[in-house]
Amino acid sequence: MEKMIAGKTITVNEEGYLTNFAQWDKEVGEALATEANIALSPRHWEVITYLQNEHKNDVALSIRRIGKSGLVDIKEFYVLFPNAPLKTATKIAGIPKPASCI
Amino acid sequence: MKRLIILGAGTAGTMMANHLQHELDLNEWEIQIIDERVEHHYQPGYLFLPFDIYQPEDIIKSIAEFIPKGVSLLIAKINKIDAPNNQVVLENGEQLHYDLLIIATGAKIAPEEVEGMKGSEWHKSVFDFYTFEGSLALRNKLREWQGGKLLVHITEMPIKCPVAPLEFSFLADSYFKHKKMRDKVEITYVTPLSGAFTKPKATEALEHLLHEKDIHIESDFAIAEVDNENKKIIDYGGRAISFDLLVTIPTNKGDELMARSGLGDDLNYVPTNKATLQSQQYPNIFVLGDASNIPASKAGSVAHFEAEILTENILRFMNGEPLKEEFDGHANCFIETGNGKALLIDFNYTHEPVEGAFPFPGIGPLRLLKESRINHMGKLAFRWIYWNMLLKGTHIPFVSATMQESGKKFD
Repeated sequence: MEKMIAGKTITVNEEGYLTNFAQWDKEVGEALATEANIALSPRHWEVITYLQNEHKNDVALSIRRIGKSGLVDIKEFYVLFPNAPLKTATKIAGIPKPASCI
Repeated sequence: MKRLIILGAGTAGTMMANHLQHELDLNEWEIQIIDERVEHHYQPGYLFLPFDIYQPEDIIKSIAEFIPKGVSLLIAKINKIDAPNNQVVLENGEQLHYDLLIIATGAKIAPEEVEGMKGSEWHKSVFDFYTFEGSLALRNKLREWQGGKLLVHITEMPIKCPVAPLEFSFLADSYFKHKKMRDKVEITYVTPLSGAFTKPKATEALEHLLHEKDIHIESDFAIAEVDNENKKIIDYGGRAISFDLLVTIPTNKGDELMARSGLGDDLNYVPTNKATLQSQQYPNIFVLGDASNIPASKAGSVAHFEAEILTENILRFMNGEPLKEEFDGHANCFIETGNGKALLIDFNYTHEPVEGAFPFPGIGPLRLLKESRINHMGKLAFRWIYWNMLLKGTHIPFVSATMQESGKKFD
């Protein structure tokens, strides 16, 4: 479905995740963060950039892996993106919701 | 004479030994299977043991009983796999050369990954049921438990048999009803996922059942620690849930051997091509069952379907032919729902579990994603099938290695 955000039209899935990363830019990220009630600090941006790079390299994202990344520990990850940090952070970063293996 | 070594004589390794013994020319290939244990456990039975549905003797046999003639079984601990030199090094220092290696060392629980989980309450009010010891200790606890808050908890994905914690919750509901003490027990299902299961249609059906059985659900819970003193589990966001009895599925990991050998990822699973089952690092290593990192369920049924395809690929590899990219992630699982009923789900990498009939499209007799007594009979019959057909590598009639799309209600 299409969605208007930060003056642009983006395509998202039923859970609100971008389906085309080319439509993402920093303004879109800011606006998605506002929807999640998060004000992005430089620290948030470091994490978002890290997630986007990992996704680009086809690394399966998990809370455990982020905790071991050396960038941020799990406690801080929760402080930055409360409740469900991986889901919130990936949505703001414009990348797919990590599929937990079944 | 060339040598093929299988590491691990569990469900996956034993099936492979049986398949290959039929298919390989034993004048040309020597097949050896190595395990450090002497007992073969029917792991799905760990779910039933706590509720006194199965007894220990129902689920334990000897490994040797299922290894065919023509395959040599070695009971030994392995120090490491020296993959660049095509060698398995045993703990006693002995080096075994291989031409082809199959890794089937499985997955096991690692409660030490969570702070306090293996603390003072371990096997007192904090239990696992993914080991024989844990399952048996839990049986003894449940026999005398007077009730209170029961949490059924998943630490993190992936886990072996992802539906087992749900089944445990349903069976607990049934068990306490039967003991006329359901009103004294509050059951809560605590999961790191956003819902009861990872796929939408099955989540809907399963959450409906949880609701119907008055089982509460706490989702998006990423556990940080078990507080043994105050009997609480606490997540990284600070959310705390108290318990009288905690039944947890700890983090699951592949064998430590992979870390020692430089062959595993951060959870000791071996990076594997998900369609061919060949190791991503070494062409003469193949990985079967729970030991691999492929995004399929960690379940015996998956290993069974993989084994049929892997056998073919190993023959192709030996003949220098290209491998078939055929494995589709097919899984087929009964889900016990209590009161003598069960659900059945059938799915793969790309198709989520949906409603329908199985194995014959339109006919059944088993119904997919619907509770029924015949599904429960199927689950119980499965133990016989496991010991008598599955391990021996006998093809299960009418059930193909790749998933069938017909007979299913996709959108």
